[in-house]
Amino acid sequence: MIRFAWPSELRKRGVLGINQRNADFIMRFNKRKFFPLVDDKLITKELALKKGIAVPELYGVLQTEHEISEIENLLNQHKDLVIKPAQGSGGNGILVIDGKIGKRFRKASGDLITLDTIKHHCSNILNGMYSLGGMEDKAILEYRVQFDPFFQHISYQGVPDIRVIVFRGIPVAAMIRLPTRESDGKANLHQGAIGLGIDLKTGFTTFGVHHNAAVQQHPDTGAETNHIQIPHWETILRTAVECADTVGLGYLGVDLVMDKNLGPLMLELNARPGLNVQLANRRGLLKNLMKWAEMKEIPADPAERIRMAQEALD
Amino acid sequence: MTNGSVKFWVIVLAAIGLGVTAYKSYYLGLPLTPKEEAEVWTVQARVSFKGTGGPAKVNLYLPEKTPGFLKLDEDFISSQFGLTTEKVGENLQANWAIRRARSLQVLYYRVNVAKSPIEVDWGGKPKFPEPPTFSEIEAPAIQAILDDVRNSSADVESYTRELLNQLNAEVPNENVKVIRRNAETAEQWVSQIIEILKGVKIPARDIWGIELSDARNDLRLQPLLQVHNGQKWITFHPKTGNKGMPSNFLVWKIGKNPLFEVEGGNKAQLDISVTKSYKDLINVASTGVDKMDSVFSSFSLMALPVEDQNVYRLLLMVPLGAVLMVVLRTFVGIKTFGTFMPVLIAIAFRETQLFWGIVMFTMIVSVGLLIRFYLERLMLLLVPRLASILIIVVILMLITSSFTNMLGAERLLSIALFPMVILAMTIERMSITWEENGAREAMKQGIGSLLVACVGYLVMTNEELMYLMFVFPELLLVMLSFCLMMGRYTGYRLVELTRFKDMLRNEKS
Repeated sequence: MIRFAWPSELRKRGVLGINQRNADFIMRFNKRKFFPLVDDKLITKELALKKGIAVPELYGVLQTEHEISEIENLLNQHKDLVIKPAQGSGGNGILVIDGKIGKRFRKASGDLITLDTIKHHCSNILNGMYSLGGMEDKAILEYRVQFDPFFQHISYQGVPDIRVIVFRGIPVAAMIRLPTRESDGKANLHQGAIGLGIDLKTGFTTFGVHHNAAVQQHPDTGAETNHIQIPHWETILRTAVECADTVGLGYLGVDLVMDKNLGPLMLELNARPGLNVQLANRRGLLKNLMKWAEMKEIPADPAERIRMAQEALD
Repeated sequence: MTNGSVKFWVIVLAAIGLGVTAYKSYYLGLPLTPKEEAEVWTVQARVSFKGTGGPAKVNLYLPEKTPGFLKLDEDFISSQFGLTTEKVGENLQANWAIRRARSLQVLYYRVNVAKSPIEVDWGGKPKFPEPPTFSEIEAPAIQAILDDVRNSSADVESYTRELLNQLNAEVPNENVKVIRRNAETAEQWVSQIIEILKGVKIPARDIWGIELSDARNDLRLQPLLQVHNGQKWITFHPKTGNKGMPSNFLVWKIGKNPLFEVEGGNKAQLDISVTKSYKDLINVASTGVDKMDSVFSSFSLMALPVEDQNVYRLLLMVPLGAVLMVVLRTFVGIKTFGTFMPVLIAIAFRETQLFWGIVMFTMIVSVGLLIRFYLERLMLLLVPRLASILIIVVILMLITSSFTNMLGAERLLSIALFPMVILAMTIERMSITWEENGAREAMKQGIGSLLVACVGYLVMTNEELMYLMFVFPELLLVMLSFCLMMGRYTGYRLVELTRFKDMLRNEKS
């Protein structure tokens, strides 16, 4: 059993550490003035819509305490919706409602909550409970993604979430995160979700980790997790690259979900994407990052860049 | 480019900080650890005489130029005498006077000295002396010696040394015997040498002082010989011919005027005694820094009033806590609630002591968390809720304080300094983490923060470090340099070495 890795060994595998990610990639390639474009999900959504990138439909925005009372109308119009903070981080503060039973609303987990609880949740969002630094925030109400039955066997509650890391407009790695019973339907690896690496060239899953340990099967459904073809893979890559071009950030994490009817939808962008994608792929990011960092001119054509990314993998 | 300028500042700041520290340590003699002690000699001159009933005056030369020694403090015990000090020639003199002196009168002068590398300015170039006329018996003997010496010397220094060698020879020749005949005491011997040197127009003088030992009474002043070589005075021992100031020799006066004089009294007597003691080096050194008129004495924190000093003592430890956070977060990779929260908790621990601090922290945070979970059900707005938590934290602190007061544990009364706002924020953040990421994660981060605070406490209350920071505040520049360096640290964090350990597996599996 390996207890730890020597730095030189990690270096040899091209593993990117947090310090280096911050100093050499985020600080160098992500201009601070572009951060608000991704930190505020409302702005991201507007930009994406302008560019014709598919995103979940916006139902409404709550900006003041007063507007919270209007939420009842919205809830009556849309039985299925997601309430989330515009500037939340790490998936915090997201409330998913998928139905109404009597006077109470049903959360994705199946729990029933009252209208007051929802209003209180919105108030917490507005007061900045989930935003970075406790700044006042807005609550976004949007379309709840319809679970694609393709993932039925490899997902427990929640919706799997596909993350593509794009560097200077070139995809460098991707993974899909599958919620488990342990992760409470959330696609967060820390909380026990499964991460599967995806081959950028083919869109097949390659390798899986659950709590840092290799997995072949989903712990709740028992379904095979290796060698699954992610549907619409070309669209996903293209969307990720377009997102990067839209916000102008050099080092970007693009999160997408698969909708049953609408196909891949861009959910949010992340200017400081985590490093777990390396574990899920069991492949370090550094080699390709360095390669693109040194490149003088990056081709303008997205298709060309995707081709470069796929060729660089070998 | 950025790396270049960071390196530049890292090196410049570290060099300045360490350089000033080294200067203060080596040149000014400030010790690097608080426990060092220095030898301090207390020298006492006691003048006693019997008054005749009329006015009396006492003059006493005082040590002023003391190469190799630092005068820490001096004082006079003058009883009813009026005291003035004045410069007499090259020396400093104390003048005591009284209108009527009856029976036994005793005056004291006391000075504390410690070893120090200081040098003194012995004064400017004197006039060339007039050659004296020697008696008919001595003249040829002196002339013979001088001729001898001149042949085997090049300058004033070697001339003097050679002369002393000849005069102090174990087997003296006839000429030397003639000279020795008239010089029985040490004083006469030095005078004789000075006279001889005058004959060849070398300016010479005698300086007087005492040899410091562990404890002695009835010390007598011993003479040393000084000759001027045109640039500076050079000191020789008239008996051994050794150049330079003997070790442990405290210079008292220059010239052969009597050390003390009493007018209007009889049975006048002077006793000099010395005792050795040990003092904390820092006290000695800080006095030294003040006296040495260095640029750093005006910047020294030791010049501040004591109550301000204590504030600075604490203030200077905060950056150290911050540096610790840099190491633990950037290099090790430990997660804590809030960037500097553990530092503030650690400062609070200084007041409550570690054990009680941990007890308090755990108690307030856990009770606070319970109440916070209840408040969640009341669905309060964020800011009023935070304020409520703050108030509850204060109430909890009051309760523990009065409770422990009843139990007689005074320690916790100082809890007032516990950073309540920080505690309230910790409770809030911990409860959010609890809800969002689960109890395990919340406990992990909470305990992590507490552990970091404990380490911070141990670092920030370390006596040696506190002392170092206070005496050498320029070490702040070294810390700044370190932080700049860590700001460009792109290596792995220690926790990443285990986090990514499985990255190595694909070869083996």
